[in-house]
Amino acid sequence: MSIPSFIPHEKMSDETFVLNLGPQHPATHGVLRVKLTMDGEYIARAEPVPGYIHRMHEKMGENRTYAQFLPNTSRIDYLSAMHYTHAFVGAVERAARITVPPRAEYVRVITSELNRISSHLVWFGAFLLDLGGFTPLLYAFDDREKILDLLEGITGSRLTYCYYRFGGLYNDVDADFLKGTRDFTAYMRPRLDMYRALVTDNIILRKRLESIGPISAEMCRKYGATGPVIRGSGVAYDVRRIEPYSVYPEFQFDIPVYPEGDCMARYLVRMEEIVQSLRIIDQALDQLPEGPVMAEKVPRVIKLPPGDYCYAVEAARGRFAVRIVSDNKDIPYRVKLRAPSFSNLSLYEEASQGMMLPDALALMGSLDLVIPDIDR
Amino acid sequence: MKSPIGEVIRGFMSLVTGMGVTIRQFFKPNVTVQYPHASLKMTGRYRGHIELVRDPATGLSLCIACKSCEKACPSDCIAVEGVKRDGEKRKSATDFKVDFTKCSLCGSCVEVCPTDALKFSRNYNLAGTSREAYYLDLLKRLQTENK
Repeated sequence: MSIPSFIPHEKMSDETFVLNLGPQHPATHGVLRVKLTMDGEYIARAEPVPGYIHRMHEKMGENRTYAQFLPNTSRIDYLSAMHYTHAFVGAVERAARITVPPRAEYVRVITSELNRISSHLVWFGAFLLDLGGFTPLLYAFDDREKILDLLEGITGSRLTYCYYRFGGLYNDVDADFLKGTRDFTAYMRPRLDMYRALVTDNIILRKRLESIGPISAEMCRKYGATGPVIRGSGVAYDVRRIEPYSVYPEFQFDIPVYPEGDCMARYLVRMEEIVQSLRIIDQALDQLPEGPVMAEKVPRVIKLPPGDYCYAVEAARGRFAVRIVSDNKDIPYRVKLRAPSFSNLSLYEEASQGMMLPDALALMGSLDLVIPDIDR
Repeated sequence: MKSPIGEVIRGFMSLVTGMGVTIRQFFKPNVTVQYPHASLKMTGRYRGHIELVRDPATGLSLCIACKSCEKACPSDCIAVEGVKRDGEKRKSATDFKVDFTKCSLCGSCVEVCPTDALKFSRNYNLAGTSREAYYLDLLKRLQTENK
């Protein structure tokens, strides 16, 4: 008799027990606690309990000036710091009607896409670590190290970059960075073939991920899941296409979509996104204009006209949006941060119902959760 | 419908290919840097804790105690005091303290400084046994460097 990989809710027995997954568990990638009601090896109910690393980022935004809140944005999702800073400076620039010079926009795109690749590489290593494969993590971190060195060279920081400023950039990129980025894109493509040979085509991984943790497009819409999660369910939703920002409309790139909705689909979406990011970086390097990297007239103390402003970016995990409500003071009235990981986690309770515990952990890994991003 | 034997063969081949990648890696040179015996060079723009810049003419700090950095700091970790000495056009700092336990190395202070009196240090070996070790007195650091 074969063991079922899934038990529907009505066939669950009444004899359940409660199992705490986290808040200190390596598979939750941080301090996320999931209260599991188990029927043997099967999950009757998984209730995520976030909040263990809540730092009041939204409230902090409301008691300090715009410039003072800027360093916070790279600490919400520390793996895609560039995108988060981009959303915040974008919202302020939109409200204050600051025009960013083209060179700054191109450099923003290059650094954002580099950051996306490094974020996906961390996910790649950590996800396979969850599934029991240790070696790919070391390969992924080797490549990520090259990106961190490049970004450290221009920003001075390895993780919490805080490189964008209202109206431009902290400083201009140098020739070393441009050459290093060119070398990196040339180096990374064969590495992706290597990843395919080492991991993606591996029969053990395929058997472990295919048809595991199906998430329908309907469920994604219901919970507001975005990013690779919704693209792995067959919906071509990408903020860079749907609500174009910065200079993204000037580049040719595809939105990878896989309709299967299982863990393998989400895996393949992210691997394909690395290729597309490399494509964007190459184009941006080719077209990079000369000129200043800071807008000329940026007020020293930023005071936004009264109103409600929003700016969304495609972060590594999905749609990140900043909403600022201003009442004509130098401190915002309200800062709302729409974090993608929070919405992606929301569907976990429904998606994991009836699954076996090891499969549910594969599902959690494929969502690519960053806990500080969930809790904010 | 795929034949199970074909799947077994393809599956086995995928494992052999993966093993081939591992074996090739085995013969590549070692890149680990044996810290602390050897260390990597810091990049030019590395953001360490802040330091005062010396005026090349006088050998003293360029700081004019305008307190811009104090106001710009999001974590409230800078404390500057200054006086206007006789015969001088502007103020000079008498006290410049940084509470590094609160600092997040954002660099807002360096950016707002009107006289470019602040810079990032290259110091990354920061480990201590007490909280007090991180209450930095920057003026004192500048003076001890003088000697």
